[in-house]
Amino acid sequence: MPKTLKKTGLIFFPAFDWAISPNHPEREERLLYTQDQVFEEGLLDFPNIVEYKPDIATYDDINRCHICVPNAQNLTTNSHLISAGGTITAAKKVLSKEVDNAFALVRPPGHHSMLVAHGARGFCNINIEAVMIEYIRHQFGVKRIAVVDTDCHHGDGTQDIYWNDPDVLCISIHQDGRTLYPGTGFPDDFGGPNALGATINVPLPPRTSDEGFLFVLDNVILPILEEFKPEIIINSAGQDNHYSDPITNMSFSAQGYALLNEKLAPDIAVLEGGYSIEKALPYVNVGIILAMAGLDFSQVREPDYDAQRIRQSPEITRLIEAEARNVMTLWKKKKNLKKQITGSAAYIRREKNIYYDTDNIWEKQTETVRVCDQCGGVVTIDSAADTGKRIYAVILPNRCCPECRVSGENFFNRMNSSQYHHVYFQDRQKDVFIVK
Amino acid sequence: MILGIDVGGTHTDAVLVRNFQLVRKAKVLTNPANIMASLLEAAQHLISEDNMKDINRIVLSTTISTNAIVQDKISHVAMVLLSGPGLSPETLDLGQDVYFARGYVNHRGVPVKNVNSRQIAEISDDIAQKQIHNIGIVGKFSSRNPQQEIDTAELLQDHSRHISLGHTLSGQLNFPRRIATTYLNAAIHDIYQRFVRDVQKFIEKIGVEIPVYILKADGGTILIGKSMECPVQTIHSGPAAGIMGVLATARMKEDAVALDIGGTTTDISVFADGVPLLEPSGVAINGRKTLIRGLYTKSIGLGGDSVVKIENDRLIIGPQREGSAAALGGPFPTPTDAMIVEGIVDFGNRQKARDAIAPLARKLHLNVQEAAAAIVKKMASLISDHVRQILAEVNNKPVYTIHELLEGKIIQPKMLYVAGGPAAIAPFIAQNLGYPYSIPEHSEVSNALGVALARTTAEVTILADTEKRELIISEEGRVQSIPRSFALADAVEIGKTTLREKAAGMGARPEDIVMEVTESQEFNMVRDFYTTGKNIRVKVQIKPGLISAGAERVNHA
Repeated sequence: MPKTLKKTGLIFFPAFDWAISPNHPEREERLLYTQDQVFEEGLLDFPNIVEYKPDIATYDDINRCHICVPNAQNLTTNSHLISAGGTITAAKKVLSKEVDNAFALVRPPGHHSMLVAHGARGFCNINIEAVMIEYIRHQFGVKRIAVVDTDCHHGDGTQDIYWNDPDVLCISIHQDGRTLYPGTGFPDDFGGPNALGATINVPLPPRTSDEGFLFVLDNVILPILEEFKPEIIINSAGQDNHYSDPITNMSFSAQGYALLNEKLAPDIAVLEGGYSIEKALPYVNVGIILAMAGLDFSQVREPDYDAQRIRQSPEITRLIEAEARNVMTLWKKKKNLKKQITGSAAYIRREKNIYYDTDNIWEKQTETVRVCDQCGGVVTIDSAADTGKRIYAVILPNRCCPECRVSGENFFNRMNSSQYHHVYFQDRQKDVFIVK
Repeated sequence: MILGIDVGGTHTDAVLVRNFQLVRKAKVLTNPANIMASLLEAAQHLISEDNMKDINRIVLSTTISTNAIVQDKISHVAMVLLSGPGLSPETLDLGQDVYFARGYVNHRGVPVKNVNSRQIAEISDDIAQKQIHNIGIVGKFSSRNPQQEIDTAELLQDHSRHISLGHTLSGQLNFPRRIATTYLNAAIHDIYQRFVRDVQKFIEKIGVEIPVYILKADGGTILIGKSMECPVQTIHSGPAAGIMGVLATARMKEDAVALDIGGTTTDISVFADGVPLLEPSGVAINGRKTLIRGLYTKSIGLGGDSVVKIENDRLIIGPQREGSAAALGGPFPTPTDAMIVEGIVDFGNRQKARDAIAPLARKLHLNVQEAAAAIVKKMASLISDHVRQILAEVNNKPVYTIHELLEGKIIQPKMLYVAGGPAAIAPFIAQNLGYPYSIPEHSEVSNALGVALARTTAEVTILADTEKRELIISEEGRVQSIPRSFALADAVEIGKTTLREKAAGMGARPEDIVMEVTESQEFNMVRDFYTTGKNIRVKVQIKPGLISAGAERVNHA
């Protein structure tokens, strides 16, 4: 079937000289066979597929979306700056219209990194999508952005960074948190009081196959996107829903990933997880690249692919259909939820216990947001980790109303820094970052 | 003494070189219908009874392969592809006689589906019925496991058929390019055989028994007999001669840019520490992208005879050429005319040049002298822009390690070498680029000098998989078992030994075998949280360059 060709930018950076540790899933070898498959299929010779060298992200880029403890410098290595830089390159090429869409096929990943980062969790040090989103807003003035996280693990970091932001829609589909790290991402995680419905979670039962993923795409993701009307769609393209992934339990295929990508038509895709490096990644990545470029992917399949063997049961189909209805019911009444949740409160508080599995750190955090009808609301965070570090942060949202701005500036100026290691001020609207 | 002959499109140049010194040179017109006659004529200008016994090496560049492809004087080829799943074959640019056969191996070279001998027999019958005698066989990932290509060839082989196998032509990955390379190799096999026989007759005629070498696309030489196995490596022999000519006349060691400014086009090449750059994946010919190692060169449509005109009050130069400069009787004003008016060069009829530029000058509201200056300036700035753009591309080539991204070599030219008729424009270009220029001596026969002095080049690709306990050298069609303890250093050692043997077989003298490891990577293979082996990848090459001075002197001591 003839399709419309698209010019696709590919930022391929396998970081062949970097690993978390020699036997860690996030190691040098991870994209080796993907590179082999992409090279052997000759994808880089297509006139509509252009490869770009990644930029190197700066600490300023990171400080636009994170509160790094103690600072961005201590939390990152060159590998993180390059993988975040790769997403920035993708954004630049798409927003300047040099290409129609772009795929940052980079590592290490980032979607488990939260707003406050004391260390690495879920193999992630900094959130590479969030670095890119803030870059896009800052450099190109884009207002409404949607992130569709198709990694098998809940995109809890991206959700946390945009929890109170009504302009960034975060949809995550993932294996049910009761059966997989990080154990979160249920439908009632629906966004902060000023951003209800800007966080959407669709947990899927183990053994969900192509049918189930595409059902959720058609019946949840696409209708919500249609209503939200983002200017840019970003796919956090984790590849660990694959039936051969060693650390998850799903039954998605390379064909399924390519079909999903074709229908979702993201402007930018960013690689996240996926650790079946030999049996899945080469085929999934070729499928995604072909789908983005509008080329025929119908012949892409894994050598051991057997549709019958991995097909989901009717019971799973029923569970998914029920979950989809549940999410859409919630979505439809999002406007009436705010009064119910906030009542007469001026501020809403969240207590969080966060575990950093990669670095073995525990963090206790209190997040307070001002209830506001004009913007996402000023946010303050009090965070203490068992590393002994305690910090306080004030975050002004991207589209900050004058009242929230005054409150935020007062919080920061009046805060007595003696009980904290650092006090941070992050103004996402004016791109100001101050530490005292 | 070395006899070097460059068969160009217009001229055939020949040189005799002793101890790196040009002894004699000759230039004759190329007779495209009879290249042998041109070779013989050029050689006869240089060779005499007296000096014949001193010649110990003859090197030729050839346009035979390139011309056969560009002019479509090639044989009919049947392609048998073991493609497996992946990119749809419909996406590829394939001719009519293509057979998709069962069988494929995966990225690690593990067979997934076997070749079906009954199906191959049917294909064989069909090929016979069509009376096709040249066959190409290409498998996806065959450079990771050549066995299925070899098996298929055995099933198709009979004495009347020539078969080209994909894995023998390159160790690199790229299935569509491997198909194109193999197709072209099979397609020019017959015409190249005839060429080699003719050369052998020519050698008999001049009555000497000395080794004859052919210049390949990568600027390296190969014994002519050996080149019959892989004629496709001899495409782009001409452009390679041009770049090797710069090396032979300039003898640079630094980063540099070379321009060959001709009548219609300017060819731009780039040198890193005095070594000409290679195309990253392989050269393209007639729109087909191949895996053939070749020197990097970009041709732009700007030359001394490009038509100069004015559109919307702006000077436009090229890309068309409609004849020679007006000063030499051509129909339109050209950059050469502007250089004649400016007094940068002195030939032809200056008044004719002035007359041709006058109408342009009126449109630009300038006098003729000013208009000529503007044309020269424009020409120089266009060429400079292309040079900058090419350097930006080369320096922004994607890399895959943090080390290369942060510490990788950035080419910063220290010198601009300019050859060709309009080379006198060099100072203007150099001024734009901000580095000095040089016009090497003997530039009128520099290609032939490059041909004469080029060393033998070669490359081998090693892939070792200690989990499979297997090592593969694709280009050699070699698969051998290795112990679990096999390490990167072992692979490098095998690579060097293999390369040394290969180069010697191609006619390299030991003194000229200067090897360089261009890739050495070792990955832990971890499956289900246990290390199961190592995946080792090594590339060793003899890079393009000149034969060592010592080697030649030794032969004359």
